Parts: sequence; structure tokens; C-alpha cells
Amino acid sequence: MNRLQVELPGLTLKNPIMPASGCFGFGKEYAQLYDLSKLGAIMVKATTLEPRFGNPTPRVAETPAGMLNAIGLQNPGLEKVVSEELPWLEQYDVPIIANVAGSETEDYVAVAERISKAPNVHALELNISCPNVKCGGITFGTDPEIAGELTRAVKAVSSVPVYVKLSPNVTDVTEIARAVEAGGADGLTLINTLVGMRFDPRTGRPVIANGTGGLSGPAVKPVALRMVYEVTRSVSIPVIGMGGVSDVDDVINFMSAGASAVAVGTANFVDHFACPNLIDALPGRLDELGIGNITELIGRSHRL
Amino acid sequence: MIRNERMKVTGQREIARNIYELVLEGELADEVREPGRFVHLRAGETVDPLLRRPISIADCGDGRITLIYRAEGHGTRLISEKERHGTADVLGPLGNGFPVEAAVPGTKALLVGGGIGVPPLYGLSKRLKEAGVEPVHVLGFQSEDVVFYEEEFSRLGETHIATVDGSHGTKGFVTDVMASLSHEFSVYYSCGPLPMLKAVADGMSGTEGYLSFEERMGCGIGACFACVCRTDSNDRGYVKVCSDGPVFKAGVVTI
Repeated sequence: MNRLQVELPGLTLKNPIMPASGCFGFGKEYAQLYDLSKLGAIMVKATTLEPRFGNPTPRVAETPAGMLNAIGLQNPGLEKVVSEELPWLEQYDVPIIANVAGSETEDYVAVAERISKAPNVHALELNISCPNVKCGGITFGTDPEIAGELTRAVKAVSSVPVYVKLSPNVTDVTEIARAVEAGGADGLTLINTLVGMRFDPRTGRPVIANGTGGLSGPAVKPVALRMVYEVTRSVSIPVIGMGGVSDVDDVINFMSAGASAVAVGTANFVDHFACPNLIDALPGRLDELGIGNITELIGRSHRL
Repeated sequence: MIRNERMKVTGQREIARNIYELVLEGELADEVREPGRFVHLRAGETVDPLLRRPISIADCGDGRITLIYRAEGHGTRLISEKERHGTADVLGPLGNGFPVEAAVPGTKALLVGGGIGVPPLYGLSKRLKEAGVEPVHVLGFQSEDVVFYEEEFSRLGETHIATVDGSHGTKGFVTDVMASLSHEFSVYYSCGPLPMLKAVADGMSGTEGYLSFEERMGCGIGACFACVCRTDSNDRGYVKVCSDGPVFKAGVVTI
């Protein structure tokens, strides 16, 4: 029995660690560094119907214990992702979670229908929380009614379970969580980045060309933990937690707060071996904590 | 192969005002091969600063790499505090460097550098010389106090210095020096700020050239799409500075 194994809708994870969407491309770059089959899953970069170039540069700026980014969903478009990127990933024994983005409901539906039929795509992650694009993205993720309707529309066409990625840039994240659960979501992923800014003191201009960017990294971790804790208390569908995860105790804490698995984002840029290192460190840490199976951790903070 | 290694610090010295030369020893040095590639260096040991710093490799050999960088922000200041006998967390070598083989042996190659863009040209010049090419250097700086490696470059070939304030060498820009040269060059190579690269490429149009670009980076390996530049040379319409570059043939990147 693999003590790190976690079962989620559509996903049998050999361990609960996966790179977060947007931080790992479509896997090719990190495949130069280690065997991607080691990962629990891979959340690949957001895919839109048409190719997107993204925002002007600078697209990233460092902040204390974090970073801002405004990439702007740059991707090669559905056709290329389905014909090139996903087939390339088939050489690895790892389930793919395809991140789906768009400007209109019709875009999400079209991408979801097609990409969910790819043999290695085991789940979708509906991106209704990207703060860096003018249309779509976060506009779908801040209104419970719209978020619920979009979830329903995508569920109707998807061949695999649908997870919805939630934005932290809302007054009450549980309201959105309940709305997408009612819309038929099979699971939730949270948090996306927090909208932030940084300025150049010499010029007064924002450092990021887009003006605002999404804050990620250790700086957002307390917010992410709080939201995972609140959301898992108010819905009954599973949650994949993320936001500043960088060491093994972060994994323990996110799962204790209620997450069934954990995604690693910005840490991949700091320690390029962050995911395999976390996977290797987990059994030893479980031993130290007297935990037999990792699933025992899920939501234990709620049971105290 | 890309390695992530704790390299030994074997040298750290200030070679001009706020300009430091850092020498690191480790297995990674054997992987470098071509000049103009870079490493991604962790500045500190904590989460602040969080991201790595991309620094070009100025020279390599005997199991060591030499990095020359300007200490101007929080991260690079921390790097400048790394002491001999300590270690540095290094990922690399990354990116694609200057093609030495583009220069024809027996001919002259023009190397144009500006400020902190000068360092990778040093390793390039050494490799060119080994290949039987005659390097001619035109190096631009703000002022005399930030000029570095003049002697080192002079040992390899003809070297011209320009300073913006005229405190050393020719007063003005690298292009002012270039205008005064009457040599025939089979190829040119350049690294420096964007306006300089543009001026150099314009001045050398008709000659084969290679430019090294700088852009804010996230991952350094091509996954995060932070450092993209527009191009007309492929059907994607973009190149990534970190993994497709940082060196591109002149004309590839739209500037």
C-alpha cells in the first residue's frame, strides 16, 4: 500500500504533490531536470481557444517573500495543445489536469469539450480567477451566479471531472465555492494569486507593464491556508490547496486545513527540484508525526 | 546538462565601483562549453529575496566559472557579501551562448559591450582567439570608475574604451568608436542595454551578428513565460530570452 496515495474525482495520485498551472509550462522544461512520472499530477498551463501572446514585459517583479506576475495567459491555443503538448506528455505515467481559460462562456465550453477528450487529461481546472487578462478570467470568478452558470455549462460538455480554480480576490470565498459546487463542480483548487502592485520609486511607474500583477509565493501562504480551511468547512467536494507551498510542513499544513492534495507554484522557480524534493521528504515527515497514511491528514484541523 | 549545485566560492573581489568578480568552483563548470550562457543564482538562504538572479558567465575553465555583476539591488548586494570558502546555490548552465564558429579563422571579429553587458564578451574573446580569430573590442561604460577588465581584454586584442562622461577613453558611446574603425569584420557580437544593441545592429547591418539580450526572468528555464520578446522569425511570434537565447542572431528579436 502506497501511504502517499490520494484518490480524487478522476485522479488517482501516487502522491499529493503537483506543479500548479502557469508555473510549469507543459512540462518540457522541467523534464530536462527530473522524471515527470514522479509527480502526483501536472496542472498544465492555461489553454485558450486561440493562441495568446500575453502581456508586454516586464511581466514579473519580485516582492518581499513573493513575486508579482502578469503573464497574460500566453499559450499556443487549443489546437496546438491538443496536437502537440498533451501527446508529448503521454510518455510519462502522470495524470494531467488541463487548465481551461477563455473570454466568453462559449470559449470555455469549446476548450473544455475538446481538451477533456485527450487520453492523458484526467480532470479539468476551470480558470475563473486569472487576474491578468481584461476579459474572462477573474470576471467569471468574483460573481457567484456567473461562476455557477459557467461551471454548469462546462460540466455539461466535459468528459472528465471538473475542478474550479477560485480567486482570493473576493469578500467571501465560501460563497463562490458553494455556487460552483451547486453548479456541479467535482472539486475546487485554491488559491489563485492576489492582485497587487509594485512601483519604481524613481519614476512612480508600476514595475509591471500591465500595472497590476498576481502575488504568489510564501507571502500569500497564510491567506491561502485560511481560505482552504474556510472553504473545506463549507463544501463537501474535495479541494486541491496551493499558495506559497515550499516545504514539507506546508504540505502537512495545507492538508490539515482541509486540502486533499497540494499544488506547488512559485517554489518551482526558486528550487527547480521543489516537487520531487517534497515527495521524497514526505514519508520521513509522516513518520516523525506518527501518521501512517497521508490521507489521515486531510482536514484533521477541523476535527480537533 | 543543467545542474543545481552548491558551488564553492573561491574568489570575490570588487573590480570597479559596485562591480564584483565572483569565482565559483564545482562540476557545473564542466558543462558550460560555449561562452555567453548564464547561471541562475540564489542570492540568500531565506525567502527574501525569493527569486534567483540570472548572471552571465564571464569565463570558465579548470572547474571554475567567473561571474561579473553589478551590486545595485538587495539581491546582488547579498551576492557580493558571499565570502571565500562559502558556497552558492547555482542552477545552470542555462541558455544558448555566442556561436564561436560563426567567425572565420584568420579574420577579425568585432565585440561590442556596454556596462554590465561586457562580461560574457571576455570568455567569447578567449574562445575566438583560440579558434584563430582576431577579436577587436569596443567597450562602453558610464565613467572611469566603473571600467573593468580593460587590461584583460587588451591582452586578447585591440581594445577601445568609451565613457559617456569622457573620463576614460573616447568620450561618448560605443557607436562613436565604431564609426572611427576601418577594419573589415567577418562577424560581430554584442551585449549591453537595448538601445545600444539597436544602435550596434543598425551600424553593422550587412554583417552577420549575434546579440545577447537581458529581460526580467522568473524560472530561467523557459517554463514561466516572463521573458518573452516578439519575433518575426518563427510562426509562434515570440522567443524566450532565457531558453531560446539570451544570444540571438541579429534581426531575430524585434527591437
